[in-house]
Amino acid sequence: MIPPSQTIDREEKIAPGKLHATQYVIVLILAILVVGLWHLQVLGATNYRSLAEANRIRKVPVLAPRGRLFDREGRLLVDNYPSTSCYLLREQIKDPATEFPMIAAGLHLTVAQIESTMRHYAAAPKYHSIPLKQNITPDEQAFIEAHRYELPELETLDEQRRLYPPDGFAAHLIGYVGEVSDQMLATDSRYAAYEPGDVVGRSGVEATYDAILRGTNGSRDLIVNSHGKEVGHLGQEPAVPGQDLKLTIDLDLQRAAEQALDGKTGAIVALDPHTGEVLAMVSRPTFDPNQFSVRLSQAYWSTILNNPDHPLLNKAIQAQLAPGSTFKIIMSVAGLEEGVAQDLHVQCNGGASFYGHFFACDRHHGSVTIANAIPYSCDTFFYTLANRLGIDKIAQYATALGFSQRTGIDLPEEASGTMPSTAWKLKNFHEKWYAGETISVGIGQGAVTATPLQLARALGGIASGGVLHRPHLMLPGQIPSEMAQAVRDSFPGSGDTTTPLTPANWQTITDGMAEVTSAGPFHTAAAAHLEGIDFAGKTGTAQVIGHDALARTNKSHNTLPNAWFVGMVPRRNPDIVVAVLWEHGNWGNNSAKLAAQLIDVYVTKQRLQDHNLRLADSPATSPAVSPAGNPAAKEAVSSSQPVPSPGE
Amino acid sequence: MQRSSSFRDFDWPLLLLIGLLSLASVLEIKSATLMTKFRGFDHKQLGFLAAGLLLMFLISLIDYHRLIDAAPWAYGLSLLALVAVRLVGTKVLGARRWIKFPGGIHFQPSEWVKLVLILVVARFFWSRGGRDLSWSDIAKAFLLVGLPLLLVLSQPDLGTSLTYVPILLMGLFLGGISFRQAGILTIAFLILGGAVLKSGKVLKPYQVARLTSFMDPENDPKGSGYQIRQSKIAVGSGGVWGKGTNRGTQTQGDFLPIPYTDFIFAALSEEHGFIGAVAVLLLYFVILMRLIQNAQTAADSSGTFIIMGIVAVLIFQIAVNIGMVVGLMPVTGIPLPLLSYGGSSVLFTFLALGIVMNVRMRRFVN
Repeated sequence: MIPPSQTIDREEKIAPGKLHATQYVIVLILAILVVGLWHLQVLGATNYRSLAEANRIRKVPVLAPRGRLFDREGRLLVDNYPSTSCYLLREQIKDPATEFPMIAAGLHLTVAQIESTMRHYAAAPKYHSIPLKQNITPDEQAFIEAHRYELPELETLDEQRRLYPPDGFAAHLIGYVGEVSDQMLATDSRYAAYEPGDVVGRSGVEATYDAILRGTNGSRDLIVNSHGKEVGHLGQEPAVPGQDLKLTIDLDLQRAAEQALDGKTGAIVALDPHTGEVLAMVSRPTFDPNQFSVRLSQAYWSTILNNPDHPLLNKAIQAQLAPGSTFKIIMSVAGLEEGVAQDLHVQCNGGASFYGHFFACDRHHGSVTIANAIPYSCDTFFYTLANRLGIDKIAQYATALGFSQRTGIDLPEEASGTMPSTAWKLKNFHEKWYAGETISVGIGQGAVTATPLQLARALGGIASGGVLHRPHLMLPGQIPSEMAQAVRDSFPGSGDTTTPLTPANWQTITDGMAEVTSAGPFHTAAAAHLEGIDFAGKTGTAQVIGHDALARTNKSHNTLPNAWFVGMVPRRNPDIVVAVLWEHGNWGNNSAKLAAQLIDVYVTKQRLQDHNLRLADSPATSPAVSPAGNPAAKEAVSSSQPVPSPGE
Repeated sequence: MQRSSSFRDFDWPLLLLIGLLSLASVLEIKSATLMTKFRGFDHKQLGFLAAGLLLMFLISLIDYHRLIDAAPWAYGLSLLALVAVRLVGTKVLGARRWIKFPGGIHFQPSEWVKLVLILVVARFFWSRGGRDLSWSDIAKAFLLVGLPLLLVLSQPDLGTSLTYVPILLMGLFLGGISFRQAGILTIAFLILGGAVLKSGKVLKPYQVARLTSFMDPENDPKGSGYQIRQSKIAVGSGGVWGKGTNRGTQTQGDFLPIPYTDFIFAALSEEHGFIGAVAVLLLYFVILMRLIQNAQTAADSSGTFIIMGIVAVLIFQIAVNIGMVVGLMPVTGIPLPLLSYGGSSVLFTFLALGIVMNVRMRRFVN
């Protein structure tokens, strides 16, 4: 096929044009390559340089420890503890089929859990590491270290984890932290700068003051190779810890309130009516926020969800229930300020008929005036008063005293309660109000509902001459004022408001409330009497069936009435007001005893402090003297008793 | 026939240019393997270069006409070797390309077949004596190149098999293919190529993926798209002046795939910038122009065919390799002549250049 070379004409030359053509092709090819290089190295240099930096530098966050929470006296409520978490850098996964089972075995997870985590964070950018397992054990840490090369996708991160008080102590007011939810990221502008996996306050003070508590994360720049192996490091930006915050809570009172409600369902809230500071806030049943700060177990979540008494609900601000007879204080304000109650004399024969219906009273109180109507809690009197005032006058005073609006406390998800009126009924039911409906409102039944916080604030405010303050949990002066204002703006409510009361009326009501806890026939909370303490208050025993509003908030089949008590010390311009809701507590007097426990702790503490002050003033006094036995301390308390403030 | 060949006529300037590129190669291999388990490959490359240099001198001693005479025998042996690889070859990364000899020597026949093909194609077209090519000539040429090409493709080794194509094209071009014939062939191959890609029978899916992923590397960030992406980042981040020897973050951080062989130009571009990259391209340009000059001054057209076959292979490999590095070409696994690490590549290139010397030394024979 191919002839030997000798027979071929060697003089045959190839046309030089063809060789030149080849040269042109070569020049063209090389020129294209130079243009390609120019494009990358001259035009694209900045871009590619940053991509190369992104390749080799891995920013490892240095998590800021969250600010701790203290009570008003600087006693620790919420601390942090160091913990290590394992993160998954999805970019580094080479073969899930072989690596996931390895990871699962090493970290004591299942492959399904890893895959579900992957799905959960599917939307997050691939170069973000995602939390795989929190709070890993030392041997899990050792596993990750030992498999740096085979499993470069595993990273560990040192974190500061929340340590909450045990047994759900103060859980509702403190709240808990958790990963920011997709919904929060998508809909809430406050979380605009957050990324999936970030830990944020999810409820309570943790949520409200998240921006202050969280601090600013720092970062370390590691130089890594393509296997994610650290080969050096550049600079680091230290984390700025979150600010520690002092709450208005008094740990001693909180503890007393927790103990008082132990094993019961309900809520207790204690306020300083002078300022609106919340001294104690308890809701039962409670939950363990520590379970939320590490990945929540399905089992624990189920027990919470299946509890008919809603452990996550902060009943102090979220339970909207008929206030029962505690509402009679609001009725008294309306009746006296309108000039109706002063001259009202009612003969109580166990009830009275209005508009063709008989409305019962629990006793035959005989002749009742405003002076004994409050300690007797005589329904007949207040039925009659309600009938005289009419629903809109009652609603006017109740609304002015904070009913049917949020108080504006610095906690998320506060409920507003309900105050019926003709306008309210028209708006919500497109029906006119029947005068007969007003009668049961007079004793805090019917459509009227309120939260324990609303009741504490209203009755405390009335005893302070009509001055109501915005309840709050943050001791003032700790955060910048514009931030404090922003918090107030984000929790709208009636806030600081004053409804000036005529001093005579004010005196009548507060004296009536003082009678409630003193010994006497028909006095509803005589059993809660505290010797030597000017303890005033009002009981309430609210029916839980037959009312739609109650049926909505109370799913249990327990039909015992809810026991309410709102009490204060001293009777006028009180230093503390306590609202107790004991669901199915049967009788207001039961709640009054719980309130008395708190008041007792409060007064004892005041006496101790007064005594200590005296000790400081007179160093000559022997420190061995028992404070409780010091008669001077008792005197100190009684001296702060009823002094009608001038001008009111 | 007077054969006055002397080393005085050896192409010393060409040797100098080759030396410069080889130096760049050794230095870049040293830098690229510094942080890896392949550290010390620069010394091995020096060994290959020494062996290549020796072979270059040796082959320049044998009159290239003798080589052309021996080409048919070599061609037959090559086909046998390729068949042998299919049967007893060592499987590395899923492809049978190597024959293992006792003493740890690995032999890759497909690289040597390139040289044989250059000679046999040169011989074939030279034997046409400058006459117009008939369709049967063209068919024979296709058969000549197609047979080993398909054998290598089936190893599978797409990259090396592709390097046989420019030998054929150059032969056809210089051998006198008419515009009409070229046009018809082009259209026929476009249709055939489309059908092959569609059917998915001849090329394996990963080969098709490699050929197409360069157009959209972000789509395939883990596979060959990843390699292209990292290569472009390496080249681009080098900027005008480069990051300096041993200081390429892409190269040293192992982000750049095989930075001492197929992607050595990316490593060089990262560490020595646009200036360094263009300097290397300039060296290639001068070398290729020098080769074409040698082709022009060859004593007869057989020498021209041989040298131009070598030029075709070199420019093809340069275009495909650097094109790949800058993201204009798919990942095909074709090494960069005179720069990439590797015995077979070095020896082929030096042997080929030795033949060029050979032709040049005998340019005044008549």
